[in-house]
Amino acid sequence: MNRPPQPVLDADALARQIEPLRPTLLRLARLQLRNEAWAEDAVSETVLAALQGAAGFRGGAQVKTWIIGILKHKLLDQLRLHARETTVAADDDDGEALDGELYRRDGHFRELPEKWADPCSELQREQFFAVLEACMERLPGRQGRVFLMREWLEIDSAAICQELAIAPTNLWILLHRARLRLRECLQLNWFVAASR
Amino acid sequence: MKIPNSCRDISGLLLAREDRTLSLGERLAVRAHILTCRACRRFEKQTLILRDALRQWRQSRQQDQG
Repeated sequence: MNRPPQPVLDADALARQIEPLRPTLLRLARLQLRNEAWAEDAVSETVLAALQGAAGFRGGAQVKTWIIGILKHKLLDQLRLHARETTVAADDDDGEALDGELYRRDGHFRELPEKWADPCSELQREQFFAVLEACMERLPGRQGRVFLMREWLEIDSAAICQELAIAPTNLWILLHRARLRLRECLQLNWFVAASR
Repeated sequence: MKIPNSCRDISGLLLAREDRTLSLGERLAVRAHILTCRACRRFEKQTLILRDALRQWRQSRQQDQG
């Protein structure tokens, strides 16, 4: 007995499903690449690849999950393509100032770090994610890119060093600063506000 | 090599832990310091909350209902 064939979306139907996702794709591409033109390239290539691969898309899989998977590959392609431009840029950060705000000269914290409440409870998840994205967007360019490579593309540190041809110690400094800044930004814009 | 023991050193290691495996010595230094330091315990808790929040954010951004 033959089972009925899996429903496969035709390209038109798929295009209609992809169109409303475009703003999300673009937002995530900008966040990762920090460059408008590259982000648009990545999204165009993603949509194109999705439509070309439409025949291979099984109705069962979720369209968004599938296309985000494609986007992540295209983002990495863009990062590779522009690796030199993104890493040669002058260091755009004052790590010292950040350090001075957080620690006393003897290495102690200036203030006791705050108790954070779970930011992902059902009611406020989306608002929190919006603040989180805004804080990631505010990271200086190189820090933002490597941080998103770690946390969004989920690439391990050694592979990032290889992709961008940078030394591990350089990567760790960038990530360290990115994490400190993100923490600071969330403290000011989420956790303080939430505890009021 | 100097043993990491200031809050600056220890919180630095707590952040580094998100991106690389700490050495045995580093892990011991963190454990020992945290036993007696409330500030670094709080800081560690924050890094864990942030780790979990980023994971949930990642998931929400790649799921259909997100």
